[in-house]
Amino acid sequence: MSAVSTTRRAPLLTVYATAVFAFIYLPIVVLVAYSFNRDGVGGFPPRHFTWHWYQQLLGDAAIWDAVLNSLIVAAASVALALTLGLLAALALDRASFPGKALFRRLVLLPLILPGIITGLSLLMFVVLVGAPLSLLTVFFGHGTALISVATTELFAGLQKLDRQQEEASLDLGATPWQTFWRVTLPNLKLSLIAAGLLIFTLSMDEIAVTFFLIGRDNTLPMEIWGRLRQGMTPEINAISTLIFAASVALISIWYRLRARTLRDA
Amino acid sequence: MSALAANSPGAPVHAGSTLLEVRALAKQFGAARVLKNISLNIAAGEFLTLLGESGSGKTTLLRLIAGFETPTSGEIWMGGQRLDKLPAYRRPVNTVFQHYALFPHLNVRENVAYGLRVKGTAADEIAGRVDEALGMVKMHDFAGARPAKLSGGQQQRVALARALVNRPQLLLLDEPLSALDANLRKQMQSELKSLQREIGITFLFVTHDQEEAMALSDRIALLRGGALEQIASPREIYARPATAYAAQFIGQTNLLAAEVRDGFAVCGALRWPTSERDGAAAFSLRPEDILLVDAGRPPVAGSVNFRGTIRQQLYGGANETLEVACGENQTLRVRIRAAPSAAPPLDGEHAFSFQPGDAVRVAT
Amino acid sequence: MYSRAYKTIVSVPPLLWVGTFLLLPYALMLVHSFWLVRDGFIVQQWNLGNYATLFGKPVYLEVLLRTVRIAGSVTLCSLLLGYPLAYYLSFHAGMRKEFLYQLVIVPLWVSYLVRGYAWKTILGSDGVLNGFLQYAHITHEPLGFLLYSPFAVVLMLTHIYTPFVFLPIYAALESIPRPLIEASQDLGATPGKTFFRIIVPLSMPGLLAGATFAFVLSLGDFLAPLLVGGASGTMIANVVQSLFGAAYDWPLGAAVSVCILLLTLSLLLATETLEKRWSFK
Repeated sequence: MSAVSTTRRAPLLTVYATAVFAFIYLPIVVLVAYSFNRDGVGGFPPRHFTWHWYQQLLGDAAIWDAVLNSLIVAAASVALALTLGLLAALALDRASFPGKALFRRLVLLPLILPGIITGLSLLMFVVLVGAPLSLLTVFFGHGTALISVATTELFAGLQKLDRQQEEASLDLGATPWQTFWRVTLPNLKLSLIAAGLLIFTLSMDEIAVTFFLIGRDNTLPMEIWGRLRQGMTPEINAISTLIFAASVALISIWYRLRARTLRDA
Repeated sequence: MSALAANSPGAPVHAGSTLLEVRALAKQFGAARVLKNISLNIAAGEFLTLLGESGSGKTTLLRLIAGFETPTSGEIWMGGQRLDKLPAYRRPVNTVFQHYALFPHLNVRENVAYGLRVKGTAADEIAGRVDEALGMVKMHDFAGARPAKLSGGQQQRVALARALVNRPQLLLLDEPLSALDANLRKQMQSELKSLQREIGITFLFVTHDQEEAMALSDRIALLRGGALEQIASPREIYARPATAYAAQFIGQTNLLAAEVRDGFAVCGALRWPTSERDGAAAFSLRPEDILLVDAGRPPVAGSVNFRGTIRQQLYGGANETLEVACGENQTLRVRIRAAPSAAPPLDGEHAFSFQPGDAVRVAT
Repeated sequence: MYSRAYKTIVSVPPLLWVGTFLLLPYALMLVHSFWLVRDGFIVQQWNLGNYATLFGKPVYLEVLLRTVRIAGSVTLCSLLLGYPLAYYLSFHAGMRKEFLYQLVIVPLWVSYLVRGYAWKTILGSDGVLNGFLQYAHITHEPLGFLLYSPFAVVLMLTHIYTPFVFLPIYAALESIPRPLIEASQDLGATPGKTFFRIIVPLSMPGLLAGATFAFVLSLGDFLAPLLVGGASGTMIANVVQSLFGAAYDWPLGAAVSVCILLLTLSLLLATETLEKRWSFK
């Protein structure tokens, strides 16, 4: 490794990089700090440490209902998006059919289009069909929009797959169906988990599409959103801190899984 | 000497004078001592090769001279100033990289012109010098092509032109031929040698291939474990290896662990006169210096004669290598001209001889 | 190697689903833009009235321009923050590179809403920042422009998108073979010249990808203005949102959406072409 590139001192750049890191993390640090503040979400400095807001959070039934709703929608979205995403990835990787290029772009559209457009389009569809807005429509919206995430991730995984393993399986007498379950799927394990985690996280956090498809039952982001309109209390900081902690936990699990799978490979 | 070298920037250098001095150079990476106290001089206009196995420190030494590493201790001097204190971009030294390192977003012409443009050279001068350099490596027809479209050999030529166009005082070549296939390699070796002769720029060449080193170099610096084993011309290093390692690394040899007493060295069944002092000594005897004596021929005056049994005959095209057992537990390698195809295989006991002067004392 | 049955099974379900639940809805959006609303009901009378309104009434153009300005500022600021960060990690971080990389990624996984809310609590008149400034006697009165302004929207979205911009730039920088840097310096280029002549051109595809991502997503964002934008910070997506909400004019809203969609798609097409031209593998 060249001494020229990696360890050369660059004090100004180091300071700047540190500043950028601070910019990225400071708001979160502030958020967490003020979740323990007795006197509110603003002002400086936070003076009185209290667990009060977390205690209030624990007893807040509406929030936990919303959490449950979000979890259900997220889990269902993962199932739907992974299944259809896997099929779409396989189709893009292995099949050729008229309109394939159009299909690929269409599948990826929700990823790059602003969420409001996808949300409103789906709303129009729901209205056309005459269905009432509910968690079902939310699930339907998340699942459909997140197929793009699943497809991208799984397609990349398929590209890295050693095609000869599947050929070997067929050569040894396994049917394509058996080959799929015994060879293809296990090799995609890492991609499936990555996609699943990402879809889960995105669904839990989703607002733009949910905004237009929500019925009476709230998801967690929509519940928080509603609270914000009424005023800001450190209880919102508390739930935000918990969300942050859950995200960090999720990403550590993901990293550990990835490290172990790469080591075993 | 061509216009190229005569117009080198920096102090005027006369062929034969010392261009670069390496003084007690050492380099450590963490706990690993990759170079230990190396000192050598490079003469202006010479083709010097750093030869060694991987891990011998040859590439590290090259990178220290190029400026991509800084020495742990020691100094490098060139043209009366400390070279190792200068950053890479200020040294009058250019490198040809092992995998060429051509800039993918520039075409051939732009790649070659890079060093000149960066120094603010005038546009028409750049054009002229780039054409001259491309002509030297016969890549003029590819001036507008991108590196991705070129073969390995073509990329290597462009890399060479890119370095030479700057008229450096010293050109460093980091195993530039190792990525080429055998035939192309031989061809490029020949071209490199004539190129160097023609333009007269000092070449410092790194390789692990001892045949390549011998074919190209004016002098070879053999490195081993970060230390300088021997530095001499190819003929000198082949005929008079300083150490057992040198004798075995360059070409093939028979290493004889002998005991010297009263002017004679004894090793197994062999006994020859030597001027070395009494005691244990190792000798190197090249396989081609041992002659197969025709049956019935009288021994040549002054030669050392012995008998041995041929155990193996390895055919090699122009030559054959015989594994000869003589005495107890002693096997020698003997290289002879290949017999015509009609000749019967060699077998059994034969007479062999060599000149005492061919047994060279080597340090262990 | 794959039978027709196999290929059919894998392509038909997603094709059907995506066709019905994506293509159809987007098509519905397009179709609605050509209809109009009369007496509170949507009338399926084909006309270009909505588009005429859009280009005729200056208020829509104003909001659109403001949105483009904001999206542009977000992109610029994210690049100014993200590029040096990626450069630092790739070329100067040494042993700590992997750890620092994970440090940058973590905020990406944290809820958009959470991060937006954090800024809301920081920038307000009673917020943390004003509190700190007064506490440290830097100011004596709260600064009003911090919250409920385009400034706040740009700040919040920059915070959101800097890690997004960082990712492709870092990947591009990492893929530059280090011998190229050495070769540039060997040929006499100072580190500065090496940066502009070698590193920047070779990192262009990553830079473009990141910038496009930030711009396109900022362009269509409606949540940030609702959180921290106030009246002066509304963006074009908010116009759409209100047209589908209180202002009840779905056809007009659809027309605005179609415009946003077209803008987005043409931008993506442009960068895709540029990226292809600037990747040199």
